[in-house]
Amino acid sequence: MPLLRCRGLRKEFGGHVVLDQLDLTVAEHQVVALIGASGSGKSTLLRCVNLLEEIDDGTIELDGEDISDPRVDPDRVRRRIGMVFQAYNLFPHLSVLDNITLAPRRVHRRGRAEAEAQARELLDRVGLGAKADAYPDRLSGGQQQRVAIVRALANSPRLMLLDEVTSALDPELVGEVLAMIRDLKADGMTMVLATHEMGFAREVADEVCFLDAGRVVESGPPEQVLGEPTQPRTRQFLRRIIEAGRL
Amino acid sequence: MTLLDHVPSETQLRRSAYRRRQTVHSVLVAAFSTAALGTLLVIAVTGAPGWDRVRLSFLDPQIARDALPAVLSGLWLNIRLLVCCAIGALLLGLVIAVLRTLRGPVFFPVRALAAGYTYTFRGLPLIIVLYLLTLGVPGLRLQGMPPVLVLGGIALVLTYGGYLAEVFRAGIESVHSSQLAAARSLGLTYRQTMRHVVLPQAVRRVAPPLLNDVVALQKDVGLVSLAGPIDAVRAAQIATAQTFNYTPYIVAGVLFVLLAIPLIAVTDWVTLRAARRQSGG
Repeated sequence: MPLLRCRGLRKEFGGHVVLDQLDLTVAEHQVVALIGASGSGKSTLLRCVNLLEEIDDGTIELDGEDISDPRVDPDRVRRRIGMVFQAYNLFPHLSVLDNITLAPRRVHRRGRAEAEAQARELLDRVGLGAKADAYPDRLSGGQQQRVAIVRALANSPRLMLLDEVTSALDPELVGEVLAMIRDLKADGMTMVLATHEMGFAREVADEVCFLDAGRVVESGPPEQVLGEPTQPRTRQFLRRIIEAGRL
Repeated sequence: MTLLDHVPSETQLRRSAYRRRQTVHSVLVAAFSTAALGTLLVIAVTGAPGWDRVRLSFLDPQIARDALPAVLSGLWLNIRLLVCCAIGALLLGLVIAVLRTLRGPVFFPVRALAAGYTYTFRGLPLIIVLYLLTLGVPGLRLQGMPPVLVLGGIALVLTYGGYLAEVFRAGIESVHSSQLAAARSLGLTYRQTMRHVVLPQAVRRVAPPLLNDVVALQKDVGLVSLAGPIDAVRAAQIATAQTFNYTPYIVAGVLFVLLAIPLIAVTDWVTLRAARRQSGG
């Protein structure tokens, strides 16, 4: 049974169709990279899976449970899914440690000491142990994004959704975030990531899905989709990426 | 090269010297213009044809000393009322603001009531609310009617709660939706998101306008004297009526300003500290 299965997803924003008959299946421990131009629906798809957006048709199943059923408690679903945003979205009024322990303490009702010990261990593992008491605005973009990933991990999610997590970073800071995602893959984390880093998608993804106008136009192993695309639109997109020097 | 053994270049030394000269120059200009304006003001006021009369009827030291105890005891009422009403109005405002953000059809009546409340009490003159509560409500002759002072306090809380609710609401709406998305994605419920993510940021942002309203409230608490209790301004009025001299009003005015200074200083300090802690420092 796949961990995540989306069937026939449809999402409109004011008459504009953003997701159209979209199908996506993600097996446990699999890493799926979503590529495509801005506005192709990558971010919307991730937000729909995390129930931050209400879908207009189709079904989303997580672990076999239909989470698009309106009777499902979205808070309970989101506890099993970690999400990382392009702009980090750390809470500026809370220290790094409090950012990370907020959900474990309030959602999972862990004690402060236990939650902080877990948070410090996670921070140490990614080399941010010294920043535990700092406030987010004092960190570099790369550090903030790593804290945001740690914050999502502290919930022990079954699935991680990464929404263009390096797009807002200076080029020299991209590497540290990608290294962390590489480690997550090595640990067997199931991930869906929207990305513009084609080289990284090729390296880390088990499957690449090319989205265009809200549909999966082409999907398969990275070598195939990025190396020998069969669809004209995929080829056109990749040509533009190469021209921009991003592949 | 470290910062310590850096020797500034000739150009930098010239720039620094120039900036120092400019600073001295600016200070001198500021001092001179302040002195000139102050002198002009003093000459204009004391040289006015009616200055001697005004000084006698507004700035009589003996009358100020005589009126001080009564005005001070009135001020004590202001302070007690201010503390109670400020806390009450802040709480009420916060609750109303949060109620207005609730979504979903179940909460429609709550939202409608909260919106109706802010519309009504921001529009209604405080004096009318005070009269309704301190004169109208006791007229009902109900059992266990609270004293007039409490009713006056309720009128103040109701009116200022309306203003403060709008300030809180502006703060809540200023928190970017990405913060809500981040909190919800962590599995926090709407209430937890409000409590731990939105409100702390909102309140910090609107602390200065909130305090501004508390300072305004400090001046308006005196209006309960319309219903009988004697506050600082009313005490000054009584003293004035006895001597036909306006000095007690000046005494009350000075005391009000003195009372506002620490309040304003505290908010400035709180705002500054929050800003420093969050963004480098």
